[in-house]
Amino acid sequence: MSKSIPDLEAYLLAELGTALTGSSVSHEELTLNAHAEQIVKILTFLRDDSQCRFETLIDICGVDYPGRARRFDVVYHLLSMRENMRLRVKVKVEEGGAVPSVVDVYPAANWNEREAFDMFGILFSGHPDLRRILTDYGFEGHPLRKDFPLSGHVQCRYDEEQRRVIYEPVSLTQEFRNFDNLSPWEGAKYVLDEADKKEGEAG
Amino acid sequence: MAELEVETEGRNFTINFGPQHPAAHGVLRLVVELDGEVVERVDPHIGLLHRGTEKLIEYKTYLQAMPYFDRLDYVAPMNQEHAFCLAVEKLTGVEVPRRAQFIRVLYSEIGRLLSHLLNVTTQAMDVGALTPPLWGFEEREKLMVFYERASGSRMHAAYFRPGGVHQDLPPDLLEDIGEFCETFPKVLDDIEGLLTDNRIFKQRNADIGVVSQQDALEWGFSGVMVRGSGMAWDLRRAQPYEVYSELDFDIAIGKHGDCYDRYLVRMAEMRESVKIMRQCLDKMPKGPVMEAGGKVAPPRRAEMKQSMEALIHHFKLYTEGFHVPEGEVYSAVEAPKGEFGVYLVSDGTNKPYRCKIKAPGYMHLQAMDFLNKGHMLADIAAIIGSLDVVFGEIDR
Repeated sequence: MSKSIPDLEAYLLAELGTALTGSSVSHEELTLNAHAEQIVKILTFLRDDSQCRFETLIDICGVDYPGRARRFDVVYHLLSMRENMRLRVKVKVEEGGAVPSVVDVYPAANWNEREAFDMFGILFSGHPDLRRILTDYGFEGHPLRKDFPLSGHVQCRYDEEQRRVIYEPVSLTQEFRNFDNLSPWEGAKYVLDEADKKEGEAG
Repeated sequence: MAELEVETEGRNFTINFGPQHPAAHGVLRLVVELDGEVVERVDPHIGLLHRGTEKLIEYKTYLQAMPYFDRLDYVAPMNQEHAFCLAVEKLTGVEVPRRAQFIRVLYSEIGRLLSHLLNVTTQAMDVGALTPPLWGFEEREKLMVFYERASGSRMHAAYFRPGGVHQDLPPDLLEDIGEFCETFPKVLDDIEGLLTDNRIFKQRNADIGVVSQQDALEWGFSGVMVRGSGMAWDLRRAQPYEVYSELDFDIAIGKHGDCYDRYLVRMAEMRESVKIMRQCLDKMPKGPVMEAGGKVAPPRRAEMKQSMEALIHHFKLYTEGFHVPEGEVYSAVEAPKGEFGVYLVSDGTNKPYRCKIKAPGYMHLQAMDFLNKGHMLADIAAIIGSLDVVFGEIDR
């Protein structure tokens, strides 16, 4: 690697200054926290700057933290093949809020943003074609949100009488059981109660 | 009269390719807009194989989540497991014993052979040749037997575990793999003899789906898709994991970035894989195949008969599972199809908080519109073939 991680961190903090809210290094990986509205500027800089050259977009994904005021993290993973470095950029966004789309910076962001929209309902302003991508045509809800049930809301089957595929509410002969195995010794501590108690931290 | 004028101007024709089409390599639906026989626009509709893997993983312990990775790119299952194991090991700080590292490399390369054999030969089938798949699948069968002898299962192995591999290899298996490494290059020669100078194969693939270096970067390509365009980028060399830094192998690159060069790169990579496998067999030390600290690995069965603590530990490990310290990591491996990565967020409990799977094929398929524009309808099959897409990993 041409630049050590602390060097890169110091350089980026100096260059991007106010666009960032902080940075951290763990497990030899550098993470930048940024303001959502600055993301296009930041990624353009990271792509074009001669000391960075993060020209490959690896991935964009959402992470859901229902307890937070700005509930979603949008995580960008970048790779610089020239400098052999990796970088993670994270921004926060509230439910129903929009992050500027980076399709103009990386054409490859297109499907990744569609996926984040499909799975979490995160909006990307300026995206050319923000349709669902992985779920069924006409699907409702955003499955990777923590409050979306694992078994979903509808199931489909072919109906002999109507001679077509129909959708109906999920009915399971046995409810999905989410075993709380957190500690079999100290008695079940229900994860849900804890989540309820937790104060919504202003994120 | 007005209608007649429209007809003479010619209209674009929209056709539906798939969801079940033999050349689509899975359940892919393409909405193709054609001007005559020239492709104007391709809109891939994916997700027909979406199983919600990432959601399911959030409800399972780390060990229970592992087998889902076999079911992503089901052509080279162990390579996927590898990425997840590396991520968990990075978070927990578990050291993998040397013998296990060699076994992992050995089986990753077997996975690469499995994948490339399937891809090269089915691409030949897509453009009209039937013999290569028959010859290639015979070899794949032998490789799957190696999978079976190591893990008990031909495809969904669940063999790589956080901390090492599940069990040691039976003694005669290494000999048989060594024997395979002697005979397999001959089969590669045969397949190359059928395809490399084949007039029809060249006509169908050369200058089709050209990717420049700039395009490869913009579209987030990895693996053969960048090497075919002349960039010597390989995670096994650039960011080595396990024992790859000790092994001697070359990185094959193409020149023109077309489907034909990608075929050549894959053929060359298979020869390099055999080279790596031979080195692994020579250098593999004796020793344990699972970390011994008892953090993520179950105690031995014999020990459990004697020791109460071992029994308790075993029970806890398979009910509660091990806890992973809070944090987030991204770890990637050079899977046969490109960079396969796992972004793992842990909240300190026994289940992953979020597990994002970065599949190489997702990025490659996304560029379908860009790659096909201006090509003929028949080239779509050749281009899908050379992208090497498997819908298990794309739809997840």
